[in-house]
Amino acid sequence: MGEQFISSRGNEYFCEIDEEYLTDRFNLTGLNTEVQYYQYALDLVTDVFDLECDDDMREQIEKSARHLYGLVHARYIVTTRGLAKMIEKFKQGAFGKCPRVICEQQPLLPMGQHDTPNVSAVKLYCAKCEDIYNPKSSRHAAIDGAYFGTSFHNILFQVYPAMMPQRTQRRYEPRIYGFRVHAAAALMRWQDERREEMKERLRSARVETGFEIEDAGDEDIEEDEDDVEGEDGIDDMFEGQMQRV
Amino acid sequence: MSSSSNAAESWISAFCSLVGHEYFAEVSEEFIEDDFNLTGLQSQVPMYKEALEMILDVEPEEDEDDEEEEEEEDDDDDAVLGDANGTGDRFTRAAMRRQMRMASDLSVIESSAELLYGLIHQRYITSRPGIQQMAEKYELCNFGLCPRVFCNGCRVLPVGCSDTPGQETVKLFCPSCLDVYTPPNSRFQSVDGAFFGTTFGCLFFMTFTELDVGARTADSAAGATNGDKPRQQGPSTTTTLPSPLQGPSTTPQPAVINGVTPSNLAPGLGPGNFYEPRIYGFRVSERAKSGPRMKWLRMRPTDVNELDECRRYYEEHEEDGLEVPVEDQNMVDMTVEQTVERRKKAPIRRRRANTANGRTASPMDTNGVVDGG
Ligand SMILES: [Zn+2]
Ligand SMILES: [Zn+2]
Repeated sequence: MGEQFISSRGNEYFCEIDEEYLTDRFNLTGLNTEVQYYQYALDLVTDVFDLECDDDMREQIEKSARHLYGLVHARYIVTTRGLAKMIEKFKQGAFGKCPRVICEQQPLLPMGQHDTPNVSAVKLYCAKCEDIYNPKSSRHAAIDGAYFGTSFHNILFQVYPAMMPQRTQRRYEPRIYGFRVHAAAALMRWQDERREEMKERLRSARVETGFEIEDAGDEDIEEDEDDVEGEDGIDDMFEGQMQRV
Repeated sequence: MSSSSNAAESWISAFCSLVGHEYFAEVSEEFIEDDFNLTGLQSQVPMYKEALEMILDVEPEEDEDDEEEEEEEDDDDDAVLGDANGTGDRFTRAAMRRQMRMASDLSVIESSAELLYGLIHQRYITSRPGIQQMAEKYELCNFGLCPRVFCNGCRVLPVGCSDTPGQETVKLFCPSCLDVYTPPNSRFQSVDGAFFGTTFGCLFFMTFTELDVGARTADSAAGATNGDKPRQQGPSTTTTLPSPLQGPSTTPQPAVINGVTPSNLAPGLGPGNFYEPRIYGFRVSERAKSGPRMKWLRMRPTDVNELDECRRYYEEHEEDGLEVPVEDQNMVDMTVEQTVERRKKAPIRRRRANTANGRTASPMDTNGVVDGG
């Protein structure tokens, strides 16, 4: 069923769980109480289902099988093989791109806000802005977040630190006729202070802030910044280091 | 002269009903017919006159020569005009104009008309009738919802990140997190952001201050919950008062902070409204190489008095007996209420600096930006 399950519409976020993994009872510990018609559902998932039953019953079992697959999926994707499969999908952008303009199409990862099923739907995590977004499609928005869990996406970046995108201090700056809007600007200055405090904490702990390149870039362009702001003040909606043409 | 096509629908409403043009307001003819509103656009739009006529569904003005030649046109005598490109000066102005209206040029005029309409639209939606029309569309949720989970389906507004056409496509501004997003549907990726402009987004929320930015409408609740069950128990990844910064505020909160009611100042940010990475329930340390670094982007003080920079400045410096240095005087521009409130405290030099700019009541920030005065 695995193959058929992941290839059907709306299931693009799931990877295919290895047969081996599914048939090892140890990996399914505790799930028998979570899933109705557990044994039939497991048979269906592992393609050994041969029960003669009516359509209603069949539908019930299929529903249970999807639930079981999801719950096993949450466990599988934090294994070495599971992570590797999800990394491939991540690289292909199978989970979509971050809608935040400044994140420049950073690929997303599916995640749950809870590990308990039936609490919240799947969300998408952006490692560049470290925020979570609703999936665009309602088919995806109906998937249980517990099928991905609260830890998977964070574990992925611990195991594959090279996958971590370069973060940026650039941000959208609301303006009116070229002038910064005071309420928003004051909040953003306050946020910037918190950021500088964090950088200071990291520096004193001798940990990279991740913003070194950007901060070095700022110093380079500082000298001609005044001219640029005079000319482009209105169009220049993004604070921080800009791409030079 | 009325249009020969007798189209039931005006060019403007046809344009606004095209797929991908859902964000546009219908600019009133009255607005377009006021020359003042079109100041400076002539030089930005090729075939300006034809484009304007097209937008207003006006039949081009003709002289007698024109009409005669028009009859010839019916006889399909186009061969000579067809290669007029390099020999334009041999033709009369009337012939030129006629040629411009030929089918092959209609698409050029059409795209000029779209550009012109877009540029007028940018101005219209910051005018009183235009912003009102956009408010109606906003109320109907025509622009969609913020994709950010912690914004709880806050309604967004189309904005440009540039006022110059051809730079960037239209984006969506969320008042709850003060950020901009790419529209979810790719149909909007061919709509120029300059047609909405950089000013509209903020002007809108400063105009309609009574709008409750954080409120959930029926629409937004449906969009935001995405099938989430109301049951909220068990370990959550949402922040729960871990640091003193996030504790409940004990200080009385002002009715207005920097010109905005605190409940409308980025209600989607702050404690409980940002994501904190966890692994098996344990927070990922800031010191980890792949640890969190972006929390500041979604922070907001629980006590909004922290954002009252003037007050903070004076509180910090009054004790030292220091006066505000002249260079810092335009660091913050005050709103009317604050100006009155602080007048007693404010040094005379500061007041003079403000009135000289003629922008005492402006809620805008002049920091680092060329001053208007
Ligand atoms: Zn992002
Ligand atoms: Zn938002």
